[in-house]
Amino acid sequence: MQREGTASWTVKAGLAQMLKGGVIMDVVTVEHAKIAEEAGACAVMALERVPSDIRAAGGVARMSRVDLIEEICKSVTIPVMAKARIGHFVEAQILESIGVDYVDESEVLTMADDVHHIDKNAFKVPFVCGCRDLGEALRRIAEGAAMIRTKGEAGTGDIVEAVRHMRALWGGIRKVQSAPDDELAVIAKDLQVPLDLVKEVKRLGKLPVVNFSAGGIATPADAALMMQLGAEGVFVGSGIFKSGEGLTAREAIKAQSRMASAIVKAVTYYNDPDMLAEVSRGLGDAMRGQSVASIPVSQQLASRGV
Amino acid sequence: MDPRIGVLALQGDFREHVDTLRALNVDAFEVRTLAQLDTCDGLILPGGESTTIARLLIAFDLLEPLRARIRSGMPVWGTCAGAILLAKRVPQLDRPPVGVMDITVDRNAFGRQIDSFEAELNVREIEGAPIHAVFIRAPVLRDLGKNVEALCTLGDGRIVACREQNMLATSFHPELTGDHRMHELFVRMVREAMGAPAKPRARAGTTRSRA
Repeated sequence: MQREGTASWTVKAGLAQMLKGGVIMDVVTVEHAKIAEEAGACAVMALERVPSDIRAAGGVARMSRVDLIEEICKSVTIPVMAKARIGHFVEAQILESIGVDYVDESEVLTMADDVHHIDKNAFKVPFVCGCRDLGEALRRIAEGAAMIRTKGEAGTGDIVEAVRHMRALWGGIRKVQSAPDDELAVIAKDLQVPLDLVKEVKRLGKLPVVNFSAGGIATPADAALMMQLGAEGVFVGSGIFKSGEGLTAREAIKAQSRMASAIVKAVTYYNDPDMLAEVSRGLGDAMRGQSVASIPVSQQLASRGV
Repeated sequence: MDPRIGVLALQGDFREHVDTLRALNVDAFEVRTLAQLDTCDGLILPGGESTTIARLLIAFDLLEPLRARIRSGMPVWGTCAGAILLAKRVPQLDRPPVGVMDITVDRNAFGRQIDSFEAELNVREIEGAPIHAVFIRAPVLRDLGKNVEALCTLGDGRIVACREQNMLATSFHPELTGDHRMHELFVRMVREAMGAPAKPRARAGTTRSRA
């Protein structure tokens, strides 16, 4: 771990600190990126397709086109993230080379390596990774992830998995906190994680990096729910640019801008029901979505890369 | 009277500022509403995304009251995004958000995230060892007005901390390092503005007249 200069752990984890209390929005065009920035997104995720379209399209989902990511990087002043396939360290090398601010090693894309994740400590660019529970989170942090997001089930607009994963993560943290020191080694063994990280979780009472919620957030209420459950910010994928279905293109953009702005406000005032009611007024239809229960387990994304 | 110091908590790393102030036994609290803003003796604008914080200030009608409080002498300190909000001139933004400090701020002046870095820096008004400074997609401060004093420069001469009367701006993030001396400097500014005698450890040079 470098102490000075660039790419230190402090600056990698530090950018995530700056994103806290914010909304990171999936965008597939420069126009989307500008709408997101204007609505107050703290970062954008540059993608070719939002998760619900990836799900619908089938086939192999890969890193987005370099040209698209570069165009989006040029079009906004907020940080830009992009996704690499789990274990695809060359996609990550390319994303680092073009200068994205964060790489998401993501289960939303098809896995490139079903055994190993990317050795994220070897990179200058910081990584965010998904988790379903404390064990997954600490394994990713041990590999070098400087930020964590609970996975949820991307592209569904169904919040149930996001809630399940956030509760599981905090349940795991509370278990570590209440355990006596002489039981931490066995907890580490059961979780298949380094003992030092378990000790760190006990000391801090939280993950040692920033934790956001992802996968299913479609309304301001969903975003505030995840914040009240202990998220430090949220990723919204399909929830913004799949809202306003059935409207004309121009009307849909207006509806999506309002949804984006309302979710940003809901994350700031997540503990204030009057304010949440206020920001929820005047919104159009949220994304239609698909219940996770209707998706065969083999097609659920969250079980990729554990 | 002990100062009450608020930290603007619309987005960003406000909790780290609150924690640092509390470690100094200062009455610190998060500010999201007009009522909370009204009870501050001093306010920190934290790191985060300046565009996000600016949008929320406007959306919740906090911008004008904040500007008025600062103009009437309330001490304010902007770190990174907070410094961008305070500046009168930000070339990358059509309209500077709060626009009270007579400086120009270049956003993302060092490049993208992979160019973020750490450095040991000497800061005027702070004694002892250099400050450990963390720069994250950091801005640079330039074209300081005649009432603005540079407090800290990098080896190449670029300014990363400055003070104009009741306003303090830093490009870096003292709230991330565990070094509390920048926060102590700000607490001294707040105490001075309240007319309370500065604590003995404050140097004479830090006492100055206010607008």
